[in-house]
Amino acid sequence: MNENKKKELAVAALENGTVIDHIPSDSLFKVVDLLGIQSLENSVTIGNNLDSKKYGRKGIIKVADVTFPESTLNRIAIIAPNAVINEIKDYEVVNKRKVSLPDDIYGIVKCSNPKCITNNEPMRTHFHVIDRDNMVLKCHYCERTEVKDKITLK
Amino acid sequence: MNNESLVSISDLTKEEILELLEKARKFEENPNQRLLEGKVVATLFFEPSTRTRLSFETAVNRLGGRVIGFSDASTTSSSKGETMHDTIRMVANYADLIIMRHHLEGAARYASEFSPVPIINAGDGANQHPSQTMLDLYSIYKTQGTLENLTITMVGDLKYGRTVHSLLMAMYHFKPVFNFVACQELQMPVEYKLFCEEHGIEYHESTDFSEEIINQSDILYMTRVQRERFTDLLEYERVKDLYNLHNSMLDNSKENLRILHPLPRVNEIAYDVDANPKAYYFQQAQNGLYAREAIICKVLGIDVK
Repeated sequence: MNENKKKELAVAALENGTVIDHIPSDSLFKVVDLLGIQSLENSVTIGNNLDSKKYGRKGIIKVADVTFPESTLNRIAIIAPNAVINEIKDYEVVNKRKVSLPDDIYGIVKCSNPKCITNNEPMRTHFHVIDRDNMVLKCHYCERTEVKDKITLK
Repeated sequence: MNNESLVSISDLTKEEILELLEKARKFEENPNQRLLEGKVVATLFFEPSTRTRLSFETAVNRLGGRVIGFSDASTTSSSKGETMHDTIRMVANYADLIIMRHHLEGAARYASEFSPVPIINAGDGANQHPSQTMLDLYSIYKTQGTLENLTITMVGDLKYGRTVHSLLMAMYHFKPVFNFVACQELQMPVEYKLFCEEHGIEYHESTDFSEEIINQSDILYMTRVQRERFTDLLEYERVKDLYNLHNSMLDNSKENLRILHPLPRVNEIAYDVDANPKAYYFQQAQNGLYAREAIICKVLGIDVK
């Protein structure tokens, strides 16, 4: 317990803002990118390859004085399905929840079908989540399905 | 988004399908009705398809409407790099309805999202071709008197055949039994078999095109086995004639059996079948006119008396 506390402190405590925890290490920088954290002016602390009881290694992101809209945070569910969001106020966690995959995913996933209209016109992609547990997506346009391991981001 | 567009057969409810069949029946009785007087319909064929375009344009003409459009994108601004989006927006200024065919999958769905006038999908790559499905349904309905509880045998290329996939999806409303007859390389894809299982539809698979299967069938839906679909050309040579239909194979078939084929055919139906009253593929193509007249009126919200 004491060990853990030390690690938490290693990535700095937050007075107000958002902590995104339990991000798979290999997805951490994709999450940063999806949330547009690189262009924020606020103070941001990023930790990666930290020990995790559940997942072996994990990444964590702390952003001061920002609360993200729920729909924005759910965008990361595709690459970090077990991520946990902590809202911090005055050093206390006031809200804690897991991200959840939305029914429809806009503009994030790339369709693997080269003959799909989305790969040929300047437009936003749109996928339906047809199987939440196995993460199976279906392109709204060409109707091809994408399974978990084959999903690529734009 | 224009909700009246027809992009995929699965956009239609059972009731809407039955309504369209009833409209098609009225158009067969009287194909020339001036219901599109004063209307302009654009046929935008980014990919050439003479058969489908002529059928749609005939439908518009018999309804008294006027047609603008192109039959080959190489003569349009697409060849200068204009996006499909801009082409559709431009044409929508002129026409009351856009009928489009495109080699890219999802093109019609996308167009239906921003077009101020309805879109009818006349084929988007290997994806959807709902007017073909409507004419297949009308042909089945007309020859069998019903769509319910029929045994439908699909033969040939079940893997890439867009028409068999759409027909399967549309028939699920009507409790069919399917026989899928194809070689190993061209079997019905797993997703469609799962679809059958999820909806409690009975199906049987066979690599053998036997008379036993033909004799159980109410509808024999033949498709073309194309050489370019095979990764192994030896396999193609081995199977290419196994799924051909000859007149002698129909000797003990049901009286009500009808043979359908989306056309063009090559070898898969021998010419000696043509004279058999059970051969229905040419009338099937003609039914396309009535089915398309019905679809055009539906998307434009025109009532058919």
